[in-house]
Amino acid sequence: MFGLKADACSIPMPEVYYGLDDYAKSTARWCPGCGGHSILAAVHKVCKDKQYPPEKTVCVSGIGCSSRFPHYMGTYGFHGLHGRAFPVACGVKFRRPDLHLFVITGDGDCCSIGAGHWVHAIRYNMKMVVLLFDNGIYGLTKKQTSPTSALGTHSNTHPHGSVVPPINPLQTTLGFSNVSFVAQTTDWHPAHLQATIRKAADHPGLAFVRIVQRCPMFMKDLYGDMSADPNSLILLNHEKGIDLDPAIAKSFKRNLDHDPSDLGAAREVAEIHDGIPVGLLYQNTENMRYDDYGAHNLGMSIDDKSKALDALLDRYAI
Amino acid sequence: MDKHTLDVLDSSNGHGTKQRNKIDQAIVEIVSDSGEGAQKCGQSLGQISAKMGNGVWTVEIIPAEIQPPARSREGASGIRVRFGAKKITNMGDHAGLVVALNEQVLYGRLRQNAYKEGTVLLIENKWATDENPEIRRQYAEALTEFRSEGFDVREIPMETECLKLVMDARKGKNMWVLGLLCYIYDRDMELAEKQIHLTFRKKSQQVIDVNINLLRAGYQWAEDHLDVHYEIPPMKVTDDQEVMNGNEALSLGIMAAGIELCSMYPITPATSASHHLAEHFEKVGGVVHQAEDEIAAIGFAVGASYAGKTAVTITSGPGIALKTEFIGLAVMAEVPLVIIDVQRGGPSTGLPTKVEQSDLTAAIMGQTGDVPKIVIAAATIEECFHFVILARKLAEAFRTPVFLLSDANLATGVQPFKRPQINRDWFSLPIDQSAWKEGIRAFDWSPETGISKRPIPGQRGGMYTLTGLAHDENSKVAYDPEINQRSSEARSRKFAAFQKTLKPPTIHGDPEGDLLIVGWGSTLGAIDEGVEMARDQGLKVSSIHLRFLFPFEPGLADLFARFKKVMTIEINYSDTLGDPMITPENRRYSQLAWQLRARTLVDIECAGNVYGQPLGPGQVLEIIKKQLA
Ligand SMILES: Cc1ncc(C[n+]2csc(CCOP(=O)(O)OP(=O)(O)O)c2C)c(N)n1
Repeated sequence: MFGLKADACSIPMPEVYYGLDDYAKSTARWCPGCGGHSILAAVHKVCKDKQYPPEKTVCVSGIGCSSRFPHYMGTYGFHGLHGRAFPVACGVKFRRPDLHLFVITGDGDCCSIGAGHWVHAIRYNMKMVVLLFDNGIYGLTKKQTSPTSALGTHSNTHPHGSVVPPINPLQTTLGFSNVSFVAQTTDWHPAHLQATIRKAADHPGLAFVRIVQRCPMFMKDLYGDMSADPNSLILLNHEKGIDLDPAIAKSFKRNLDHDPSDLGAAREVAEIHDGIPVGLLYQNTENMRYDDYGAHNLGMSIDDKSKALDALLDRYAI
Repeated sequence: MDKHTLDVLDSSNGHGTKQRNKIDQAIVEIVSDSGEGAQKCGQSLGQISAKMGNGVWTVEIIPAEIQPPARSREGASGIRVRFGAKKITNMGDHAGLVVALNEQVLYGRLRQNAYKEGTVLLIENKWATDENPEIRRQYAEALTEFRSEGFDVREIPMETECLKLVMDARKGKNMWVLGLLCYIYDRDMELAEKQIHLTFRKKSQQVIDVNINLLRAGYQWAEDHLDVHYEIPPMKVTDDQEVMNGNEALSLGIMAAGIELCSMYPITPATSASHHLAEHFEKVGGVVHQAEDEIAAIGFAVGASYAGKTAVTITSGPGIALKTEFIGLAVMAEVPLVIIDVQRGGPSTGLPTKVEQSDLTAAIMGQTGDVPKIVIAAATIEECFHFVILARKLAEAFRTPVFLLSDANLATGVQPFKRPQINRDWFSLPIDQSAWKEGIRAFDWSPETGISKRPIPGQRGGMYTLTGLAHDENSKVAYDPEINQRSSEARSRKFAAFQKTLKPPTIHGDPEGDLLIVGWGSTLGAIDEGVEMARDQGLKVSSIHLRFLFPFEPGLADLFARFKKVMTIEINYSDTLGDPMITPENRRYSQLAWQLRARTLVDIECAGNVYGQPLGPGQVLEIIKKQLA
């Protein structure tokens, strides 16, 4: 619909123009100050900028506070089971290459109960944007330790502090076979958040975005101070990285040059702990995509199907 | 003939003059260690017999391990072929003739009561002269034992004869045995040679020639040395026939239903259906997805179905256990889905390769919360094909998951059936991408039937968020208990609406009498045949066989009222009254009996066991006689 009309002089006009309202539905019921609100706004904005038809867009989630997300979108949505957003999303995409897919998952959803699917979704590398809302705690079930909770986190399941070291979701994802896109951003930097999701949406494969998310209800101390401190974020700079308005890029106090095609360097970035590196850690646009395999023989006519079936039945004829 | 002397008969009769006994059916087994090709031999015999116009049923004898130790008693691998002058619907009771490539594997089958006095055992005799004295001793001991138990034991120099033609007798002995059996049952050798061409079509001409020579040699040897020689007249079939096993039929049914995705994780005995599908599905526009586990397998299928692509997930017992939460979601959010359960022995890992019908309760009620859905069971191999098409249509019409139950007996059983006439209506239609009608909600439950139509992603104006939470007509999360009650009613009512479209089951036998047998699934053939045997003996017994397990076919209580006693025969566990501790109050019933008792308030008896074997007609006769004694 954006192509040139037959007479090449006229300006192409989209038939329908989608506004922000087209992507929104009912007020989000997250707590005030929850990082979810800004992520939702960023996704609305990216959908609008990219003019995704809402009926061609699907948001798939698991269970958790974060997984309520699809209910706040004017698109199609699938709010499924705890830990199982990936299999559902992969099933949606496998034979529907025409749909735009967002996967919304929490740190418990993705890195604990759904960890097995996380490994394989990365490996399948189907085109979708995965947003890991990492607040370092179980929100919906009221403050239990999450696999990304820092060692010593006080929670209702570990009142004296958690005892097992956390999973680093960036490092872990970078270690999965066929990984093709890993980025990190935060809920409190809307411009960077939006630019990152936009970059993810353009990626030809599974784009994994870890969003460092505040939970003012249960983890006030975790990122409370950091979000107010301009020194807490380290911007990853590179021409192949996240496209950020230069004026905004300048506002970052700390910068690090990082080539996102260098997997080894990405692993080092993933281990930075004296600040939060934000930007594109790793991208490879050449990886095999399982959705190409799923889509390879779509659209066969019933006539052709019945001919093929007839030939198969012949083999069993006596 | 004196069974205790050397059993190989000399050919003093001369060729072609030996008496052929006309018989109306034969049950033959070929048993061996794994990997000796017994199954290929039996399958070929079945194919040849079907082509000659006989009724046929073959069933594989599968050890639990891939390569059990050689000559182990539990390691019997092989096949049973039953063929006859009329339609054969089950594996029968005792084999009449057995070819054993070693004597030890016979013990396992004897324990399963597969043979009876007089059964002819054709045993490889190379063990008699084995260099290992222990093996020679075992062989001698076993043969003495078999003879004393009244089996007709013949020692056959299979290895010696094969070595005249091939260097390694392990490869090819099965075709020599096929030749032997072709003589014994007077099979058409031209068809047999064609069968070898077919079996080895991917191999070189040399391989084909060697196997044909082995076949001919086996035949010749039997003609020269054996006195067992039978003729089994063909039946009159006019329809075109297909011959395949139940899993192949499921796979072809999936293709015929126009299903576009099979999402699975390997598990016995369901996997071979996926193997077949993986080889051919692309030809009809489908894809097999091997998921990372069964949860992902069903999640993937649910995702695809939500997006409008018809999907099936196929598994066995432990896989069903893992899929439970997603089945609940599919019920709650009304996602059409075909779930095929090729049942095996359970619980837990259970008896992976054995026959059981133990997943009925799990299918009907095995998830948390109120989870109505359609449950159907195939009773024949032909139904394995047609019921997938039915299941797909029901899933879409009633916006529901549909369970299709099969079992290990159907999965590996082979039987000819009428070639399906392909109908365009079987195939699912391309997904609807037209604009969604304004004013219709995502769950616009009809107050009458509970049925609603679903929007598919891509349909403009149909946008909704599917959820496993309680939800209202707009799929909006509902905290209002009124809505939960109302939506539960809708999800239940649609199956009452479906039940109104069903007909009462047909009765096999008289519509009234002393005893009615109720069965379901793969036991149809054995129950019918057992009931026939009982009726021939003058017993007033009839049977019905249920295909719809939830909801049930209508009219059952009325039907039961016309019999003095009603009982189910099932291959699943039930307590036996009179056993220690078991009283009428604490006794546990077989699964269908339990459901029927609850539904009809009739005091229904049951006979069920978990020996892992297919049901035989003789067992059915015994059960009937005991009930009517
Ligand atoms: C099978 C299953 N187990 C447990 C739960 C309970 N549960 C719901 S959400 C959740 C954890 C949520 O944490 P997270 O994924 O980090 O998401 P958040 O709420 O923090 O966004 C748990 C344990 C469930 N819904 N299903």
